[in-house]
Amino acid sequence: MAKAAILSYIKRDSFVHELTGTTKLIFFILWSVASMITYDTRVLVCMLFMSVVIFKISKIKIKDISVVLGLAAIFLIMNNLFVYLFSPEYGVGLYGSRTVVLTIAGPYTITLQQLFYHLNMTMKVICVVPVALLFIACTDPSEFAASLANIGVSYRIGYSVSLALRYIPDVQREYHNISQAQQARGIDLSGKDKLFTRMKNSVAILLPLVLSSLNRIETISNAMELRGFGKNKKRTWYRLRRMTGKDWFVVVFVAAVLVIDLLVTFWDGSRYYNPFL
Amino acid sequence: MKKLSVKSVVAIGIGAALFFVLGKISIPTPVPNTYISLQYAIQAVFATLFGPIAGLLIGFVGHTLIDATSYGPWWSWIIASAFAGLVIGLVTMKMDVNEGIDTKKIVRFNAAQAVAHLLAWGLVAPCLDILIYKEPIEKLFVQGLVAGVSNVLTTGIVGTLLLIAYAKTVVKKGSLSKED
Amino acid sequence: MSTPIISFQDYGFQYMAQAEPTLHHINLDIYPGEKVLIAGTSGSGKSTIGNCINGLIPFAYPGEKTGVLLVDGKEADKSSIFELSHTVGTVLQDTDGQFIGLTVGEDIAFAAENDCVVQDEMKQIVDKVAKLVDIDHHLDYAPHELSGGQKQRVSLAGVMVEEVKVLLFDEPLANLDPAAGRTTIELIDTVHERTKAAVIVIEHRLEDVLWRSMDRIVLMNEGRVIADMPTAKLLAGNYLLEHGIREPLYLTALRYAGVAIEEKMHPEHVDKLCLTDAHKEMVLNWYQKQKALIQQQEAGEELLKVEHLTFGYTPQKRNLQDVSFTIHKGEMVSIVGRNGAGKSTLAKLICGFEQPLSGAIYMAGRNLSGDTIKERAANIGYVMQNPNQMISKPMIWDEVELALLQEEMTGEERKKRVEETLKVCGLYPFRNWPVSALSFGQKKRVTIASILVQRPQVIILDEPTAGQDYHHYTEIMEFLKELNAQGYTILMITHDMHLMLEYTPRAIVFSEGKMLADTTAAHVLNDPCLVQAANLKETSLYSLSMACGIEEPQTFTECFISYEKKEER
Repeated sequence: MAKAAILSYIKRDSFVHELTGTTKLIFFILWSVASMITYDTRVLVCMLFMSVVIFKISKIKIKDISVVLGLAAIFLIMNNLFVYLFSPEYGVGLYGSRTVVLTIAGPYTITLQQLFYHLNMTMKVICVVPVALLFIACTDPSEFAASLANIGVSYRIGYSVSLALRYIPDVQREYHNISQAQQARGIDLSGKDKLFTRMKNSVAILLPLVLSSLNRIETISNAMELRGFGKNKKRTWYRLRRMTGKDWFVVVFVAAVLVIDLLVTFWDGSRYYNPFL
Repeated sequence: MKKLSVKSVVAIGIGAALFFVLGKISIPTPVPNTYISLQYAIQAVFATLFGPIAGLLIGFVGHTLIDATSYGPWWSWIIASAFAGLVIGLVTMKMDVNEGIDTKKIVRFNAAQAVAHLLAWGLVAPCLDILIYKEPIEKLFVQGLVAGVSNVLTTGIVGTLLLIAYAKTVVKKGSLSKED
Repeated sequence: MSTPIISFQDYGFQYMAQAEPTLHHINLDIYPGEKVLIAGTSGSGKSTIGNCINGLIPFAYPGEKTGVLLVDGKEADKSSIFELSHTVGTVLQDTDGQFIGLTVGEDIAFAAENDCVVQDEMKQIVDKVAKLVDIDHHLDYAPHELSGGQKQRVSLAGVMVEEVKVLLFDEPLANLDPAAGRTTIELIDTVHERTKAAVIVIEHRLEDVLWRSMDRIVLMNEGRVIADMPTAKLLAGNYLLEHGIREPLYLTALRYAGVAIEEKMHPEHVDKLCLTDAHKEMVLNWYQKQKALIQQQEAGEELLKVEHLTFGYTPQKRNLQDVSFTIHKGEMVSIVGRNGAGKSTLAKLICGFEQPLSGAIYMAGRNLSGDTIKERAANIGYVMQNPNQMISKPMIWDEVELALLQEEMTGEERKKRVEETLKVCGLYPFRNWPVSALSFGQKKRVTIASILVQRPQVIILDEPTAGQDYHHYTEIMEFLKELNAQGYTILMITHDMHLMLEYTPRAIVFSEGKMLADTTAAHVLNDPCLVQAANLKETSLYSLSMACGIEEPQTFTECFISYEKKEER
């Protein structure tokens, strides 16, 4: 079932775990921004190195997240393959020179520039992966909502994220039960039916799911109102942890990474580091 | 901005949970990162029932959770999902499905979702991809088109059927009589 | 006398979407520290009364009111849902819906968070309240790691964070097994003693609530208060049966024996009952007379056979271990045991939703192991607990026809089959109605019809009567009995002891994945070991028979059931 691919909170004792949810959220956001902006190979290599180090510190083991890493690898390979199939000469255009390594057939040659572009693009994705995975694996879901509120997101939105995390297992179980009962009536999504039939069949599973979700929404919102949700402009959080020295250190560190990233990347007016010049 | 009602807060939470659960069981197509995605049908129905902000956040939160638990977030696509929900919610605003459904409403719902998904995947996602990841335009265009068309089809078929079925379940009791 | 904390004065209410008022001319006072039970069938307006008190009416469900409702001296509809929540704490029926936090601690703190209580103070409050309801060792647990009873403790703790003057329980027993239900009633009693808050329990399962004393019972019917009197007085009268509420079994048994129930006999609890020797004599005589009339039923041919079935969702855990039994054609059997004992897992294995690690299932002698889910469905139908999770078409006809559309069949054949099935289920007059216009019981019929249309020989039902009042319970069960009489073999997963006693001669008991017993229902409920292992509770008939000096409580129970069946006919 779908359970297999889901990554969740892994409780360990490590420096990363000790940081507050707020710190990790800020780190995750700024790190993502940094990696999105830059295309500078030097910056990417540094970030990749740092993310591996952070991963080590977190005491999360490769085997804890092997399924997820596998998926990420497939995703990257496919993406690279398609970029190459559509534009085998893309790197040449970007870096303004052409060094052929190998000729395959027709327009498909392998150039150093193209390889270098693929390397950069891949690094750009990879250097975020460990940080994203760690954010999920080392942050107690109970802290998400409080952390979002802490960086200025409305607590209503923060709480809706918390509700999503709370009710995912319930919705999943319900989906599973409904689809089993429908299979007994010959309705199946994984079968060999035509795509259109499968879509039509999916409605037979989705309708009960939607209707019962609407009931659920009504019950939960009643329960929340009865306990005063939305009464005040602010609310306090049972699970919010106070920022300590460590937290501030990490926040300053990631801010510095972002600033250096911007400086190095745009120093020469281009997002790219071009070794072919 | 008006405050979100408690009901909307809950609808976003449950909607995002549904989006996540359905996103995890999607049926792949031959184009990478592109799936027959039932979650967009649900998102469209919830956007119609609960409005644009709900549509936007269901897409944003749901898609982020899917990505974050599988291979790390691909922001451009997350934003596109959120954008689609927002547009559907805006176009179908004040269209009360609880009062029954007719051809006009179905057309409006489908116009909304078609515009939303074609813009989201044909324009928003590729533009952001170019900006952030600098991928080749041809690849992004084909990818976006496939995703857009497949989402329009999924939402058009599954979403419309769901909406009609939902509207039928809220029919008033007064009009019914037993038959022999 | 002090002033009432809640006071309905000629109060009436009509929901905006409805044509008729739900409440008419309610006059009802509840005083500080009182314990009141509000009883009534579904649709009697008892839940609406609750919603008026906590403010969901009119703030979440708008409508029109007449008369006055005072909560703590203030007019409720001029207050707000938030303000009312400081006076009235509500524990809802749906423990999953009310459990909003990701862990126990957070959920208990929810109201305090919304009140902007500072964190240190909040932690103290949570610890204090958690201790009070005995959940303080589970503060870091997620909801799915808790049992239904534990979740209810959390809900209770969550409303006690505010120092409320009224605790309102809306059908607290609906989702619990009998033993957990009993613990809940004890817990409510303890909390009442410690906090001195007024307690209002809305329930139709009277005997279970009266496990601990209630000061008063308010009986509702069709939106009116029918009776409002001390418990003993109400039980002595004939109000309950007249209004579709089941009276405690020991009282029914006494009535059968010809004993007139009086207030001075202390009818409110079986252990407090004061019976004279003359009364005991009457019961004994009745018992002797009935005992002679009991007949044994003969078993039919073998139909479903389960052999050495073993299964686990994870490699470390066995959810079912070496289960074997045989079901005969035409039987009606209960499968009982606490939540997580393996009952539903068994049903899933029989239907082929999951595959066993070892062991086999035979249908009329044929091994089913190679059959797909759909192929098995031709022999074995599975009906889920909640009809809303099964019904996937808005119209009744389409819903019943659905399974046939996947088969090769002419339109004419299909139409005939659907019509026949609808007639069997008494749904033919409604065939062109939308499902949403039906009551819960009728929806249940639709789901059963949608299974019957495939003509299975065995039907497995998961909690067929969960959350239903006596009237709807009887309606559903009589329908199943009729189907059984027509030759369908029926298996029921249930917590309901009355159901098991009244309708199924045979019961299979599970505990922690193992089959503990395969015996008569009456035997199960009179065997203290089985009762405890299966999280059931013994019937009050057991205590009554002891009090009357009858040495075979099991036979007494059987007499009672067979007499009751004859009475109904």
